[in-house]
Amino acid sequence: MDDHTGQIDPEFAGLPLRELADAALDQARALGAQHADFRAERIRGQRIALSDGRLQSLSDGDDSGLAVRVVVDGTWGFASAVDLTADAARTAARQAVEVARVAAAMNTERIELAPEPAHGDVAWVSAYEVDPFAVSPKDKADLLAEWSAGLLAHDVVSHTEASLYQVKENKFYTDGGTTALQQRVRLHPELTAVAVTESGFDDMRTLAPPAGRGWEYLTGTGWDFPTELAELPFLLEAKLKAPSVEAGRYDLVIDPSNLWLTIHESIGHATELDRALGYEAAYAGTSFATPDKLGSLQYGSDVMNVTGDRTAEHGLATAGYDDEGVAGQSWHLIRDGVLVGYQLDRRMAQLKNFGRSNGCSFADSPGHMPLQRMANVSLEASPGGLNTAELIAGVDNGIYILGDKSWSIDMQRYNFQFTGQRFFRIRNGRLDGQLKDVAYQATTTEFWNSMEAVGGPQTYVLGGAFNCGKGQPGQVAPVSHGTPAALFRQVRVLNTAEEGQ
Amino acid sequence: MPNGPVAAPQETVERALALTRPGGECVVIADEASTANLRWAGNTLTTNGVAATRTLTVIAIDRRAGGPGASDSACVGIVSRSGVRPDQVEDVVREAEKTAEQASPAEDVNELVSADSTVRSEKLSWSDSPEATDFGVFRGFAAELGETLRAAEGVGRKLYGFAEHGVTSTFLGTSTGVRLRYDQPEGRLELNAKSPDMTRSAWAGAATRDFTDVDVTAVDRDLAERLSWQARRVELPAGRYETLLPPTAVADLMIYLYWAAGARDAGEGRTVFAKPGGGTLVGERLAALPVDLYSDPAYPGLECPPFVIAHASGRDSSVFDNGLPSGRASWISSGVLSALHSSRYSAAVTGLPATQAVDNLIMSAGAPGGAASLGSMIASTKRGLLLTCLWYIREVDPQTLLLTGLTRDGVYLVEDGEVTGTVNNFRFNESPVGMLSRLADVGATEPTLPREWGDYFNRAAMPPLRVEGFNMSSVSQASLPAVAVTSV
Repeated sequence: MDDHTGQIDPEFAGLPLRELADAALDQARALGAQHADFRAERIRGQRIALSDGRLQSLSDGDDSGLAVRVVVDGTWGFASAVDLTADAARTAARQAVEVARVAAAMNTERIELAPEPAHGDVAWVSAYEVDPFAVSPKDKADLLAEWSAGLLAHDVVSHTEASLYQVKENKFYTDGGTTALQQRVRLHPELTAVAVTESGFDDMRTLAPPAGRGWEYLTGTGWDFPTELAELPFLLEAKLKAPSVEAGRYDLVIDPSNLWLTIHESIGHATELDRALGYEAAYAGTSFATPDKLGSLQYGSDVMNVTGDRTAEHGLATAGYDDEGVAGQSWHLIRDGVLVGYQLDRRMAQLKNFGRSNGCSFADSPGHMPLQRMANVSLEASPGGLNTAELIAGVDNGIYILGDKSWSIDMQRYNFQFTGQRFFRIRNGRLDGQLKDVAYQATTTEFWNSMEAVGGPQTYVLGGAFNCGKGQPGQVAPVSHGTPAALFRQVRVLNTAEEGQ
Repeated sequence: MPNGPVAAPQETVERALALTRPGGECVVIADEASTANLRWAGNTLTTNGVAATRTLTVIAIDRRAGGPGASDSACVGIVSRSGVRPDQVEDVVREAEKTAEQASPAEDVNELVSADSTVRSEKLSWSDSPEATDFGVFRGFAAELGETLRAAEGVGRKLYGFAEHGVTSTFLGTSTGVRLRYDQPEGRLELNAKSPDMTRSAWAGAATRDFTDVDVTAVDRDLAERLSWQARRVELPAGRYETLLPPTAVADLMIYLYWAAGARDAGEGRTVFAKPGGGTLVGERLAALPVDLYSDPAYPGLECPPFVIAHASGRDSSVFDNGLPSGRASWISSGVLSALHSSRYSAAVTGLPATQAVDNLIMSAGAPGGAASLGSMIASTKRGLLLTCLWYIREVDPQTLLLTGLTRDGVYLVEDGEVTGTVNNFRFNESPVGMLSRLADVGATEPTLPREWGDYFNRAAMPPLRVEGFNMSSVSQASLPAVAVTSV
């Protein structure tokens, strides 16, 4: 097993990337492109899945390719190829220009890009210790099997599902002024315990988030799996016996393991400028947080401060440079509860005179054109703020919610509904057993304005997902959301069993 | 410099099989895919592009793990790699074999399918070149779209949408002699029309195999009519309503039901199709009306592979089943659950017949001939809601298959047989299984594009449905006029 050395894998760095780029960019310019950029990528992925501790699937993916994006007379053109050859690069450049010329007949809005300083030749590697692709599949499957066996040893656990998805992403980008060579590693482990009884079934999953870390994440760095797995069967057993929630309004203390997803849906997507301007209107939708409300919309209570960033260590959306050569940054989206910023790529930044992009351009593969994609959007902890027990102590009649499960939000990011993994009744400031069949439903601004307190840094966790979807053709992007625990007053809670009757 | 010739996919498959270690077994899948797309918003083009990929998947099967002669144990290694050149094929095969050596035994071990027990390709032979698409597929469409965008701009209507076409040619070979190929074209048009203030919105979509049957002008004309229906607004509260679901909405709900209809999880007691106390609901009545839900790889216009293509094993799929025939499969017959989809392995562990999943889905009224059009169903409605489509559908409770989601791009009030206005959007909480017991009317089946799941599953033919007591759980403020929007 080789420890990570902070270097780009020589297999990728050793490719003739500059020759390919020169071939593509020279061709594009010769054919009349006013702007041209080039990417070459290699994305390795490995999925391991076990069912009841037995190997269900072990598969490796290895995708490489190149992409050329051009602007010709104010219209985009894009093409890609899988062969990393100079001929393929020139062909892709020619196709991209041809696409732009055909597409010009439908274009009425001239494409212009916000300026970005030339950063020269730069390299960036994400923060991880042990390359998961240097660990044998057997060792990984054996660990998941051992953890599964531990769960199955409990009478209450009828079945287990265990999975581990690992990605190593290499990108080479150049537009002539900036040439960036990057490497990111991330992984997502999940274990679920299932209980089947005479009257039905239920399950419970680990709360460990996906992380921009290496294999060390499963061996003690960043998450304590043994402790969580030891508790899981007992928590599931208690959930099976728990009463069904009575629908109504409750104060909620929401754990970071659940709140990250609410942040993602109701703030992350809502503050994407392309959405707010209608560019995603036919698919993912728009946003209620339109630019005319910038600086005035009271998004949430005055304890709400939200940042976008590409810089958080171990963040899934963290990168040195985006897919337009823009350096990673951190900025406020919401300050003291007021909408003050957006996520931008170079096209959006120029369109609405923001001056400079904040680095939110990303393509999930060489076969796709970069889109404006989400940064790590995070709720700031309150310096010196309360811990979770102290937040709970402030609630007479409420629910403490942990873990994400079901999520849904409307196409303008108003009305949402979330469930979770674990729900604890709060009575008179103390936990009083679990509940089941809980979902909370609210409108975004109503919800965030009901936030009375955010916890301190000691409650802060970086949650996230590998599979944030956007765009047509559909693309997925990894993204993290840091958040402390937080207290919300009088949120509508549904009983999902009653909803299904 | 990785510069070299590119082999035909058939040659790549043969080469990989020939490189399999002596005594080893192997499944090789070569996929050649090409796509072209156009996207527009606010009457102007936004993004576009073409892409081509070439992926080789080698599934190495190592039966030595179980000892000499053991057929009930095997380890599997799977490696997929794009852009593989002839001189790199051996690397992929060796990597897959190495992975298999390091793997623990696969749970779904079985004999590979033999060449004489699979289907024969009817149209294209193994040796024919793979089919492909390019931006040229849009030449006629793009000109018409350009005119449509300009016309819409001229009358103050904003158009948004997406057009995509792709072809994937799959070549499957096994060390047991199977040689199968399938060329899958697929495409779609989605068109969304909005009023300039974005408060009125209408959507239509169409699945297509080649864009020769797409009339964007006609689609736009229909959307203009729908926007005109939205001149009168009616605010309605949450509640249970008689609801007319158009085919696209029915498709999104039935596709989720289909995905949840796996044999293994049901047999283990952990889906809505499990019978409390043990067994499954196969043979039990689900629907109040005699509807059929089935898949058929030969359904006209929705053709899809008539044999198993499994790049990896899953709950109800198995790499050992590659090449196995997958014909017409009936999931619900005359309102009764008749099958759950399975691999040979999951069928064996659940005791159900092996019924392979198929990549299309059709629903129809059980009694042919009498099914009504959506128009006549509107005409026979005393008071109810007519939806356009559903969005952001997610599972809330697997025990009942309770789903949540939103209405989108037009909810209409129907009174005394006519559309009388547009209604606010709703969040729904409904189960497609529970809903079947409240069916009041089943219309005529037609091809449709599922709005929510069309990215993953776009071969569907569905009827419009009338459902009693569809649960609209709360009002969504989306697309309400600005004055009606809650903001602080």
